[in-house]
Amino acid sequence: MVLTATTVFASFIELGDWNIVLALTIATIKATLVVLFFMHLYYSTKLTKVTMIAAIFFLFLLLALSMTDYLTRAWLTNPGH
Amino acid sequence: MATSDIEIAEHALQHHFADMDQQKESSTFGMWLFLVTEIMFFGGLFCAYLVYRATYYQAFVEGSQTMNIWLGATNTAVLICSSLSMALGVRCAQLGKTRMMVVLLLITIVFGFAFLGIKAIEYHEHWTNHQFPGPNFQFEGAEAAGVNPQNIQIYFSLYWAMTGLHALHMVIGIGLVAWIVIAGWRGAYSPDYYSPVENVGLYWHFVDLVWIYLFPLLYLISKKHGG
Repeated sequence: MVLTATTVFASFIELGDWNIVLALTIATIKATLVVLFFMHLYYSTKLTKVTMIAAIFFLFLLLALSMTDYLTRAWLTNPGH
Repeated sequence: MATSDIEIAEHALQHHFADMDQQKESSTFGMWLFLVTEIMFFGGLFCAYLVYRATYYQAFVEGSQTMNIWLGATNTAVLICSSLSMALGVRCAQLGKTRMMVVLLLITIVFGFAFLGIKAIEYHEHWTNHQFPGPNFQFEGAEAAGVNPQNIQIYFSLYWAMTGLHALHMVIGIGLVAWIVIAGWRGAYSPDYYSPVENVGLYWHFVDLVWIYLFPLLYLISKKHGG
């Protein structure tokens, strides 16, 4: 819980230099702490853990597959035309 | 089975469960499944955000720079504090300290309203600055920055949709916590039966989680913040 407050504080300091990776890493650390301890996932049954892991896995799968489409569309334009 | 167990069983155990453990695990599992659907629900918006951010990066930078970083950061802190009091409230319910639980959940509600109040100030600011997508949308300095205002409008559409949906979840969350407070005050929960408290807690933490990601994505795109 103290760590959560620390990461909020850290996010204040990082505002100076732009770094989306850093911002998202801090967000993910915060999120992990909230899920593990506030939401008691750390102490919960395997069934609950599998549910959460599956959710994260499929969210990333869907986001990644969508982005492989959108981010690579520009590559297919024919320079000759 | 001890006498007290039988009393509890009569009081809280639903007839289609074998015992309290099974009932509790079913309710927790069900709540997590619901949260999975919520993750997918918000996931769609996050995906839309990623696609447009990748396509119109500069417009998103321009849009995010009008955000008040301090109000956003304050709201992050407010929400994490509310999650803390919520987690402590659930702990009290577990230990049977009903009065303390009620107090902590009331604190959670206060933090919830504080979040919505700060959000309302931000919304009002955007509204008066014509930063609401639609025919009245205006964005000063878009041409100077070499960005199509239409693309900044996409940023604001996503901003209003994502934070608006999040705020709606907050309103529902406050209602749920209020329900737990009233039921808890009437003595509905005990260390053997507090699943509703725990599940509303899970919901509240989930809403907190969404904001933890919304904040860096919407507010922290670029370094040039006015403060």
